[in-house]
Amino acid sequence: MASHAIEVKNLYKIFGPRGGDFVDQVKAGMTKGELNEKHGHVLGLQDINISMPAGGVMVVMGLSGSGKSTLIRHINRLIDPTAGEVLYDGVDVCKMNENDLREFRRHKTAMVFQKFALLPHRTVIENTIYGLEIQGVPDAECRKRAQGWIERVGLKGFENHYPNQLSGGMQQRVGLARALTNDADILLMDEAYSALDPLIRVDMQTVLLDLQKELKKTVVFITHDLDEALRLGDKIAILRDGKVIQQGTGQDIVLKPADEYITAFVKEVNRGRVINVETIMRPLSGNPEGVPVVVGTVLESAARMMTVANQNIAHVVDANGKAVGSIDLGTIISAMVTPISHEKVPQAAE
Amino acid sequence: MAICSYLPDLLCKFPAIDDTTIRMARKSVDEGFKGLVRSYVNAIDALVQPLQWFLNYLEKLFVSSPWIVILAAMVAIVYYGSRNMRITLGTIVSMFAIGLVGLWNDTMITLAMVTVCTLIAILVGIPIGIVMARSERAQSIINPILDVMQTMPSFVYLIPVVMIFGIGKVPGLIAVVIYAVPPMIRLTNLGIRLVDKEVLEAADAFGSSPWQRLKNVQMPLALPTIMAGINQTIMMSLAMVVVASMVGVGGLGRNVLQAINNQFFTVGFFNGFALVAIAIIFDRTSQAYGKRLQKHSEVIHG
Repeated sequence: MASHAIEVKNLYKIFGPRGGDFVDQVKAGMTKGELNEKHGHVLGLQDINISMPAGGVMVVMGLSGSGKSTLIRHINRLIDPTAGEVLYDGVDVCKMNENDLREFRRHKTAMVFQKFALLPHRTVIENTIYGLEIQGVPDAECRKRAQGWIERVGLKGFENHYPNQLSGGMQQRVGLARALTNDADILLMDEAYSALDPLIRVDMQTVLLDLQKELKKTVVFITHDLDEALRLGDKIAILRDGKVIQQGTGQDIVLKPADEYITAFVKEVNRGRVINVETIMRPLSGNPEGVPVVVGTVLESAARMMTVANQNIAHVVDANGKAVGSIDLGTIISAMVTPISHEKVPQAAE
Repeated sequence: MAICSYLPDLLCKFPAIDDTTIRMARKSVDEGFKGLVRSYVNAIDALVQPLQWFLNYLEKLFVSSPWIVILAAMVAIVYYGSRNMRITLGTIVSMFAIGLVGLWNDTMITLAMVTVCTLIAILVGIPIGIVMARSERAQSIINPILDVMQTMPSFVYLIPVVMIFGIGKVPGLIAVVIYAVPPMIRLTNLGIRLVDKEVLEAADAFGSSPWQRLKNVQMPLALPTIMAGINQTIMMSLAMVVVASMVGVGGLGRNVLQAINNQFFTVGFFNGFALVAIAIIFDRTSQAYGKRLQKHSEVIHG
């Protein structure tokens, strides 16, 4: 079952009883503040155009109030848009009738929530089978399929516990197992890890990355944490005040921040874990020297390999082992250090 | 009033509609209503006949069964409902006391009445509560009706009930249900409205139909509140059986009524305490049962 890309096109959301009346004014340049002051309507999203890669992890990042949770709710239409379309496999989700939408939600999407949203009166396994149960899958079949996922997320032995008896991290594992059991192409994760403490969060990120390697679902991941975004995202979109201010790969964002707001964000980032060797390598002159480093290796790993081998120089090889460039420790270090120009930028929060 | 001498008459004495007009209006409404009842008397009787049968059947079952069978059944229900020895023992002791002072049969009649009333109140109340929770408009229409039902003195609505159904058990039952159903409706409505929005969103995100959402999420999560409603309904039906005895319902209520009329102090208190005993048994059992249903909400892990 191949996943498809999700295309969000010209999406607008204006909250309020007469939202539709103001789309044209917003298109003509009315700001969020003006709309709220003059008409008492809140501009949730404006002119969102994102192409979410099939079988990849799309991260939407933004601070609270940026509209990221609103955006993810348009993909399974928990929120109706004011204007625009969300295309999946050529079908506009926003135009589906009630039945089609229900079928779409049942078979194509699964969602993980920030506050877990588990059913407190059901045990772990009963929560996990919820998606299948409402599709009408026989109970024995549900349980068989759910059991596998419960084990995959590391909850074996807790099948008959109630959510209240579990810690936050474990509850979110149930949330993840519930979403995976649905076997849907699209996995929507709404700040799924934001309520977890840092160590467990990294742990859960690893779980997701491992699963994604074999499942290749189209994942939409919402977060307010840039480190999380960079670790998980094949593609990242940054939202501010309901607008996309930059989208691209993690490297694009760290190396070429679109504005001061993003610059302020990325200056705290561990660049050594984001930038790849091929981004800063020099063309090969003469014979390849030093240790071979595969294309796609991040600077930190490359530096470690060189330090271990006690060499100052390395050559970059492509997937076939052919040398394509060279790199030295000095270049790596200067690329890992935050550029001075970024240090002068005020804090993102200000 | 001295002040009245300075004021025009109209502002001093309230300008009531004159007596003849009121009398005419009253007469035509009363006559009209009586006529309406008279023309539909057969239909109404046929409609409430099943209620009558059910009531009579249950009453006969309770009264004619040997006391030991009833007591055993009660103890079993109380124990399996509450899983609590103290409540079970309390039930045995109070039922013995009731039997010893010669109120066993009357208590059985009251018990049958309260059982039927509670069942009807639940059957009527929960669907109305659900409708109310689903629509703001339904809520804005039903709420004032419930206010009237709860504040209108029960003697007042006994008048049309008696006019329609005559004297007997069924009008008593209807009066009790009118009095006891509002908390059932209100608490069902409240319980459903208080269900966590996030969990509802999750149910939607997985593609629940409205019925699946109600059955799997809203009702189970509203259950503690609904149980409180059932508990309130039971208590209110017990309180109401005394008033219902005025329209011909037998049992402990009738004894209390006679005691009031004849100033039988002791008889009054015996019957009163019998009602209290039943009320406490019902209350403790239903509450303990409700609590047991909520076992999953106990937090074990910090």
